[in-house]
Amino acid sequence: MTASYNKEFYLDLLQKMLKVNRFEESVKALYARGLIHGTLHLCVGEEASVVGSTAALKKDDYILTTHRGHGECIGKGVDVKPMMAEILGRASGTNGGIGGSMHICDKSCGVIGSNGIVGAGVPTACGAALSIRLKKIPDRVSVSFFGDGAANSGAVLESMNLAGAWKLPVIFILEDNHYAVSTPVERSAADPDFKKRGTAFGFLTCEADGNDVLEVYETVSRARAAVLEEGRPAFVILHTYRISGHSRSDQNVYRTEKEMQYWKDNGPIVRFRDFLLKEEIFSENELETIEAAAEREMKDVVSWALRQPYPEPDGMEERVYV
Amino acid sequence: MQNETKIITYREAVREALQEEMALDDDVILMGEDIGIYGGGFGATCGLLERFGKDRVLETPISETAFVGTAIGAAVTGMRPVVELMFSDFMSVCWDQIMNEAAKMHFMYAGSLKVPLVIRAAAGGGTGAAAQHSQSLEAMYCHVPGLKVVVPSTPQDAKGLLKSAVRDDNPVIFLEQKLLYNTKGAVPQGEFTIPLGKADIKRNGTDVTLITYGRMVQMCMNVAEWLALDGISAEILDLRTLSPLDTETINASVKKTGRAVVVHEAVQFGGFGAEIVSQIMEGEAFRYLKSPVRRVGGRFCPIPCSPEMEKNVFPTPQRIEAAVLEMMG
Repeated sequence: MTASYNKEFYLDLLQKMLKVNRFEESVKALYARGLIHGTLHLCVGEEASVVGSTAALKKDDYILTTHRGHGECIGKGVDVKPMMAEILGRASGTNGGIGGSMHICDKSCGVIGSNGIVGAGVPTACGAALSIRLKKIPDRVSVSFFGDGAANSGAVLESMNLAGAWKLPVIFILEDNHYAVSTPVERSAADPDFKKRGTAFGFLTCEADGNDVLEVYETVSRARAAVLEEGRPAFVILHTYRISGHSRSDQNVYRTEKEMQYWKDNGPIVRFRDFLLKEEIFSENELETIEAAAEREMKDVVSWALRQPYPEPDGMEERVYV
Repeated sequence: MQNETKIITYREAVREALQEEMALDDDVILMGEDIGIYGGGFGATCGLLERFGKDRVLETPISETAFVGTAIGAAVTGMRPVVELMFSDFMSVCWDQIMNEAAKMHFMYAGSLKVPLVIRAAAGGGTGAAAQHSQSLEAMYCHVPGLKVVVPSTPQDAKGLLKSAVRDDNPVIFLEQKLLYNTKGAVPQGEFTIPLGKADIKRNGTDVTLITYGRMVQMCMNVAEWLALDGISAEILDLRTLSPLDTETINASVKKTGRAVVVHEAVQFGGFGAEIVSQIMEGEAFRYLKSPVRRVGGRFCPIPCSPEMEKNVFPTPQRIEAAVLEMMG
């Protein structure tokens, strides 16, 4: 990390990372209190990859995210109040409580879906890119987020081929968080060096330390510019680590305490904080004030969301078709 | 004012619908395997690449999941894609995209997205294409809320229903019948559509209703002529759209005739016919039934290639006639 941006930009990144982290931790606490009906896939530990990458995108850029999608949605600007309400199944949720944690969608921020089927949103991202191309929309790309597990699904591999053949303005962002549920990349990929797949398809291919928010931001910015300039897809691999369990039922039996502790100590927020202090961009006092504000804001979000009414079960059939 | 009509084939009717809708709306695009110079699996898109160019007639790799998914993504961002799946049997290859994505998006995202998508696919048997290229799997599609399912039986219906499907803001599975592509019929020219969800009474009758769709409509019409010789007046109901289902017309007809035989070439066991029967049993017509409702459907086996075997998998005119005669007592 090198210091070459203004203070507002650093503040924005830090606030977003804290927001994602506080959001996920709050959701987890709500779940522990029995207030959430359903499952959860949290992205604690991946704050830099979700915030750095979305910070490199324009508001109108389309994104398709995954079952572990809260972070990208927040990064893209979705209001956390309706997001929290959605996860709690309330009527004022982003999707009226119908979607829940895995299906947050807010077209006004370019989020055209979060997907419960691993890899299945990737073709959709290609379609959004096709619309951009056919409608000749300037300065817009479509971005598909997926994980190391999805990387081996047919939908992803087929989509990468199609996007290459059709020269679609799409960025494939592979967030390699080490594990597909419990299966490590080394056991699921024929070759864990995912870069080779991007170059095989003829994409601009790059990778970044996914726990370094500035490196993520710069890498995705470069990919976005290249897609617009060269009219071909880009493939970005972000190496990060999921500190959260896969879902609510994860007992972390597939990894050691020591491994998790290493990544906690080298988590993206810890590292960015150290950087901001070392470069004297913020003082310890300033950082504590920023952190306290993030904490307070999320408490307000939670108490607002808990006061929201549940949707009425009437008329569900009438909502199936346009 | 009555439109002028022209005698064209079912295949040409499909092509006319696509051509007219593409001319009317720049957002209508076609996607599929070999739909350009080759004209698609059954020649329905012949000439459209020359007319509309390669940005609107998009030839795809053999990646059904990717291109159906791409069509879905294009649909939610402002296009109106019409996808050709060469054979409806290939729906299984991209079923996740259809069932878990296209069908659910509007509901799951609380109306914030719509998916104006048509998936055209050649369905049905009788061509010797054997087990993996001859099926009628409409029961699967109809079971999924969010999809509309259309099966046209005549050139006129193919054109009018396809034009409505393209204009519909929901995902529509449009099942073209392989054996009907070369059949001819009068089709109105100019602006003309047939609404989705409306059955068509193909023949009026008083003694029994044959409820059917697709390729079986003509077979039932022929059986009705035989029955007439025996003094039995059969009404033929062509459902045309299976989802949403026109239960009103079904019940009105069966209420009138008091007898019903459901005919489809799809496997009878667990088939869509069971739903039609249930709609009668649970509907107004039940109290008017003079005889239990019967089904005549495909046998419970994959479709064989050899001609005599294949013919016997599907309903035959003899089996349909026998079912009617039996219930007439």
